[in-house]
Amino acid sequence: MAMTLEQISEMLAKYPSKVEKNRKKHIIIKDSSADRQEIEANTRTIPGIITNRGCAYAGCKGVVLGPLKDMVHITHGPIGCGYYSWGTRRNKARADEPGQEFLNYCVSTDMQESDIVFGGEKKLAKVIDEVAGIFKPKAITVSATCPVGLIGDDINAVARAAEERLGIPILAFSCEGYKGVSQSAGHHIANNGLVERVIGAGDREEAAGKYPINLLGEYNIGGDSWEIERILDEIGYTVVSVMTGNGSYEDLKNAHTAELNLVQCHRSINYIAGMLETKYGTPWLKVNFIGVAATAESLRNMARYFDDPALTARTEEIIARELARVEPQIEQYRKLCEGKTAFCFVGGSRGHHYQGLFAELGIDTVLAGYEFAHRDDYEGRQVIPEIKTDADSKNIPDLHVTADERRFRLKVSPEKLAELQRQIPLSFYAGMQVDMADGTIMVDDLNHYETEEFIKLLKPDIFASGIKDKYVVQKMGIPAKQLHSYDYSGPYAGFGGAVNFARDVSMGFVSPTWNFIVPPWKEEPLLTGSVTEEGVA
Amino acid sequence: MLDATPKEFTERTSGGMINPAKTCQPIGAMYAALGVHGCLPHSHGSQGCCSYHRMHLTRHFRDPIMASTSSFTEGASVFGGGANLKTAIKNIFQIYNPDIIAVHTTCLTETIGDDIPSIIKDADIPEGKTVFHANTPSYQGSHITGFSNMTKAMVSYFAEAAAIKKEQANLIPGFVNPGDMREIKRIAHLMGVPFIMFPDTSGVVDTPMTGEFVMFPKGGTKLAELADSGASKLTVALGRFASSDAAEALAKKCRVPAVTLKTPIGIKATDAFVMALRRAFVKEVPWALEEERGQLVDIMTDTHFHFHGKKVAIFGDPDVVTGLTEFAVSLGMVPVHVLTGTPGGAIGSDVGSFEEDIAAIAGQSGHKANIKAGGDLFALHQLIKNEPVDLLIGNTYGKYIARAEDIPFVRVGFPILDRSVHSYLPVVGYRGAMRLVEMIAGALLDRQDRDAADEDFELVM
Repeated sequence: MAMTLEQISEMLAKYPSKVEKNRKKHIIIKDSSADRQEIEANTRTIPGIITNRGCAYAGCKGVVLGPLKDMVHITHGPIGCGYYSWGTRRNKARADEPGQEFLNYCVSTDMQESDIVFGGEKKLAKVIDEVAGIFKPKAITVSATCPVGLIGDDINAVARAAEERLGIPILAFSCEGYKGVSQSAGHHIANNGLVERVIGAGDREEAAGKYPINLLGEYNIGGDSWEIERILDEIGYTVVSVMTGNGSYEDLKNAHTAELNLVQCHRSINYIAGMLETKYGTPWLKVNFIGVAATAESLRNMARYFDDPALTARTEEIIARELARVEPQIEQYRKLCEGKTAFCFVGGSRGHHYQGLFAELGIDTVLAGYEFAHRDDYEGRQVIPEIKTDADSKNIPDLHVTADERRFRLKVSPEKLAELQRQIPLSFYAGMQVDMADGTIMVDDLNHYETEEFIKLLKPDIFASGIKDKYVVQKMGIPAKQLHSYDYSGPYAGFGGAVNFARDVSMGFVSPTWNFIVPPWKEEPLLTGSVTEEGVA
Repeated sequence: MLDATPKEFTERTSGGMINPAKTCQPIGAMYAALGVHGCLPHSHGSQGCCSYHRMHLTRHFRDPIMASTSSFTEGASVFGGGANLKTAIKNIFQIYNPDIIAVHTTCLTETIGDDIPSIIKDADIPEGKTVFHANTPSYQGSHITGFSNMTKAMVSYFAEAAAIKKEQANLIPGFVNPGDMREIKRIAHLMGVPFIMFPDTSGVVDTPMTGEFVMFPKGGTKLAELADSGASKLTVALGRFASSDAAEALAKKCRVPAVTLKTPIGIKATDAFVMALRRAFVKEVPWALEEERGQLVDIMTDTHFHFHGKKVAIFGDPDVVTGLTEFAVSLGMVPVHVLTGTPGGAIGSDVGSFEEDIAAIAGQSGHKANIKAGGDLFALHQLIKNEPVDLLIGNTYGKYIARAEDIPFVRVGFPILDRSVHSYLPVVGYRGAMRLVEMIAGALLDRQDRDAADEDFELVM
């Protein structure tokens, strides 16, 4: 089934020569015998190419800020951006306090032509006052859309003035859609804002319980973080905050009290993990709660970090119990999945994480990639120093963070840290590439044309991606699983989630509906007859 | 659910929206452009817009929505997007090979003032291929305005004046589902009136499963038809907000007389549509249609007691809301709150006032309705809290209000994101009206059953 470089070249030959040259660098056939394999990522999308990528605003407000439930999120711009980022990512949440859950509210300044001509600052100020008066939130965010940057509205100044007027934090994010080359720019901008303004704003000096941790890069799609927290609670961890699924301003303020930061989605939140390490001395651990084995391994790595026999024993006890519970169920589904192949093209770390879960079902991932990754997401963080910043990445400021004089504390000694780093992915992510089999394909920013061509060549049994290509692929008669929204199912994380995923994927394979695609008259000739000695009868 | 919405009204003067009942122009333009055969919509701006629009349309139609983008980064935003659009046009024709590219702008490219016609003129367009455009600034109007602007662009680019008019009608269906467009075409066929429908998304966003993906499916208005629309005897624009600008442009450019009617939702609006065709083309109304109409009246009469005096709140796109309100009144219901997010009239045109229209219709129920154009769902929710209703009709976003206030809810309009099949089944025409009766009565009776005490729970109703 493996593809050859010739086949890829043939596929790319249809492109105009500039496009061909560009796209070639974004496609790699995994070859572990090669010295090193470099993939191009986080560069501009080619105009005219049908891409799945979104924009900085989508990454900032849509992904990172949006799930924070007790803040009112204002979109400053014409109506569309706020509208499209309203209720579309399935970030489940429960209110911690009555009347302080605003996820089902979409607030937009709905800029009109006069605001574009004369500036939208006054309108923004008025909208902030109005929503503060109506909802009385703990804090407000303001996210800028494309025209705001162009006309030069100073949203920071408007937010500062409103903050003084209203006495609540008002955070401004200059995440105009044209910044950077994808959602990624917006993640970074949101990360900076949360570190600068929220984390550490609380007055707690110590967490409320033992083994305090933050779970970063987990957005509680379909209830994922609840399934993860179920296990973490049982083992005895204190989850200080989740960033940002079911997350709250109130919890985030005291996130500095954690002893360890877990990072699930590396791309969208590694900046916060890094900054918290510098500021508070808290290391971060790359975890993966997708798949049974990955979840167990992540739990064991956490136990190793805290290095407490009681915690380790409890971890093993829970893992054993959960394995005994879920493995027989997954085994049933595995029978329906064994031997099949998958494409796994999803943003964040999912393109990597779900490969393990597919493998547990007996499904080989033959092609994987990300919409908005950087090279380190593919190749591992060791390549970060050699990633060149270009004009498109320079416009997102790298926040200069220093050790917090009062709160910085080394959580583990440098010697211990070095020892741990040899055992577990502490403050390190090895990237997707190492886990992919030889001959499989990595594609950055997989586009529509390549999707069609790769499907024709590799004939996968299942295609995991998002809504925009779901129906394209299904029309080809191939099950398509949305791994952004989970097709409105879930949770897929943790032990229980793996069973749900196995059930849903199997359902995709065995649905009777696939059998109806070819109508009976296409399979049977209109006339039948037989040849006899006298002629045709 | 929506626990933070207070019953007490606070005066809101900022012009900001809380839970909008509209979205931006480009998505409407993208949808209209899909209604041209062999056309790839192209979004000129940052790629996020295109991504959001494709996502949203895909969720509503559950079918592939193909569109490309100029993929702006900061450089293009500062120095202009000419190079991006030219590169895009070159790449699109070579890679995807559409017959036509329909470019629409975004708030970004409108703000920097990209001159699209000049860029297109300088672009490398292969022989026999076409690029056309519409300006769709997101900071004016709504998605309906965008639909209207792209439809109008079809006229200004392609319609050709003809000295001799043909016995054919132009039908502009407005921002409705492909199922509705098919129903409008069926009625015209039954009337024996030859027609050109534009845009026509049937056969594009409701394609069959064949085991094969086709990027440019069979449906859509052909370019030759758009050219020929200038030779038609009459243009029937269905829905003032979405369709009348194109009809007027056609009248001006090619001297095709235009009549603007309500979107044919409900019996009265469908009657008006049938009568317009009958008058202009001197056609007898066939028994098949008369039979359908008679069936509808029969159903409406059979069920009138379920509806009579029931208070209803209706929201959504102005043309659809107008038809729904008129039909609700025809059923004996009382429209108490009627709201659209789209501002009163498209900028630069005089399509007029939604409020006046609705007031005239709702007034026939003997009650004075709360009517709002350019409103939001926060306002609608507050109105309902203050004056409760028996039924809510609107798009998917209404489900939050329906749950919060425990109101039976019927999904009609755009978008419907949480149900399937709706885009295949019409709400227009007599058949569509039958379906509406079924949906509305079903919602009300389910509610009655749910609330009934055991002794009041009845088999026959």
